[in-house]
Amino acid sequence: MEEKRTNHMEYMEGMEILEDSTIMDQVIEKMKAYDYHKYTGADVRRALYRDNRTPEDFAALLSPAAEPFLEEMAQMAQKETRKHFGNSVYMFTPIYIANYCENYCIYCGFNCHNKIRRAKLNEDEIRKEMKAIAETGLEEILILTGESRKMSDVNYIGEACKIAREYFKMVGLEVYPMNSDEYAYLHECGADYVTVFQETYDSDKYETLHLAGHKRVFPYRINAQERALRGGMRGVGFAALLGLADFRKDAFATGIHAYLIQRKYPYAEIAFSCPRLRPIINNDKINPKDVHERELLQVIMAYRLFMPFAGITISTRECERFRNHVTQIAATKISSSVSTGIGSHSDEIDAEDQGDSQFEIADNRTYDEVYAALVDGGMQPVNNDYVYV
Amino acid sequence: MEKDTLVIGGHEFSSRFILGSGKYNLDLIKAAVEYAGAEIITLAVRRANTNGTGNILDYIPKNVTLLPNTSGARTAEEAVRIARLAREVGCGDFVKIEIMRDTKYLLPDNQETIRATEMLAKEGFIVMPYMYPDLNVARDLQNAGAAAVMPLAAPIGTNKGLCTKEFIKILVAEIDLPIIVDAGIGAPSQACEAMELGAAAIMANTAIATAGDIPKMAGAFKKAIEAGREAYLSGLGRILEHGASASSPLTGFLE
Repeated sequence: MEEKRTNHMEYMEGMEILEDSTIMDQVIEKMKAYDYHKYTGADVRRALYRDNRTPEDFAALLSPAAEPFLEEMAQMAQKETRKHFGNSVYMFTPIYIANYCENYCIYCGFNCHNKIRRAKLNEDEIRKEMKAIAETGLEEILILTGESRKMSDVNYIGEACKIAREYFKMVGLEVYPMNSDEYAYLHECGADYVTVFQETYDSDKYETLHLAGHKRVFPYRINAQERALRGGMRGVGFAALLGLADFRKDAFATGIHAYLIQRKYPYAEIAFSCPRLRPIINNDKINPKDVHERELLQVIMAYRLFMPFAGITISTRECERFRNHVTQIAATKISSSVSTGIGSHSDEIDAEDQGDSQFEIADNRTYDEVYAALVDGGMQPVNNDYVYV
Repeated sequence: MEKDTLVIGGHEFSSRFILGSGKYNLDLIKAAVEYAGAEIITLAVRRANTNGTGNILDYIPKNVTLLPNTSGARTAEEAVRIARLAREVGCGDFVKIEIMRDTKYLLPDNQETIRATEMLAKEGFIVMPYMYPDLNVARDLQNAGAAAVMPLAAPIGTNKGLCTKEFIKILVAEIDLPIIVDAGIGAPSQACEAMELGAAAIMANTAIATAGDIPKMAGAFKKAIEAGREAYLSGLGRILEHGASASSPLTGFLE
């Protein structure tokens, strides 16, 4: 399918530009300069045993030189996690309220050329879904949509936030990037956390993966966290979809992005997600060759060691075994009872009103099962540790 | 090897020792310049008597940068007036803000210091605020236009060393300005330790002024500061932690 590909570095009409921000330029410059082959075991050891780790330490911990030190990294990462979070692990679940999408991202199951069942929950259906989720005991919800401003506009997301506030104590968003006044509106509606996956920080690679739609605009996406904070959100989440490009560089850029945001907005709560590519519907060409569990664990531990105070969410893209262990070491937030489809939590939503999933998940455990596994592992599941003010 | 210089407000210095102004005499200034290599010397504007005898300015070599301070100021407005006076009498654009509302311990007033920093930076001064090491205040000072931040190590004149070590470490890690440890450094070993953890420079006075042999102590400070700086630049080795056992490996689950 040939489409006219626009300049992915150029803003589209209506997109807010942060003229005074240099964060994107700094992230890109540092990522380009990151040569992970130059680090040695000595650099890794020094990084491991330092009090307050620097970006250089982070670079060493993400390098191939750190591979023989995974066990030491795990011991140290666990120590840091315990120091900052005790044995708490926060529980949440995502709710997909719509899967309409205007973007053509070749790796994503929701992309606008993928022939899947599209759906958008109305307010009544959102309420039913949220009620069903809340009945499990969960108190934190993450609202997701496909990226369609037309089908899921800001007001629609705002209404979902308001309903969410009735059923949950903490409301997060993983929706399309928007302007700071729109973030301010959604904050008023009850949301306080915004996560935007940059997917890849390699802008050339980004251009080849995001062929059409507003998501194609690389700088607008990378500045989303900053706009969210200016809109009054309490916390922001960062992620690269590991496996799209050079995962070490992408993980490095993700960490540096979070680091620079934290330095500029010291009051912001920082979180990482650690997704790798999963098989998607109607596309079996993509295979996450280079990010195996070992590499993923290295990335997660490097995030932890670099920013010991940051939240780290572990996705259901990973299996039960991996998730159980990684919450012992570094992850502080885990989802359960997950479906990436639309309208699948409540029994009261008809099959014809449901929509297809974004990706297959590898851990189908319910809230109770994850809760029990955490307790078995000596961890303390926590449903909420937040107050909306 | 790259030249390692201290840059404050665009001015480069090769020495990382700054002489404070508390106890002042000709011997001390001479020792600070000759034996400690000081390129910056603090001067209390209230002591700079320009039309009488015993003017301290006369003792300071011309190639040394003067750092007038605002001692005597109790408010931001008073500090601003003193800074302007210093400029008037030809002391240049550098100013060290000292604002005390306490005559017993001489602890700096952080709130007033932030205000004075903002006002003086706007007037084009190179502002170096003396402060109690508080991260939020340091950030405010940075945003207000400070050229360096000068946290105290211990109450001034006490020679008690790095009492605020943990907080100074935080400033070093978080603030993108030179962190100059000021006040309380009583021995070369303490100066060395502050430099090892990343301080950009040390200001001291009493430690040298009250030493048995002033020139010798000045030389000792020079060596200690240089040693600490080199240790910092070369990256301290790890401290072995005993008792960390790998008997239950955390990564054994990987397939």
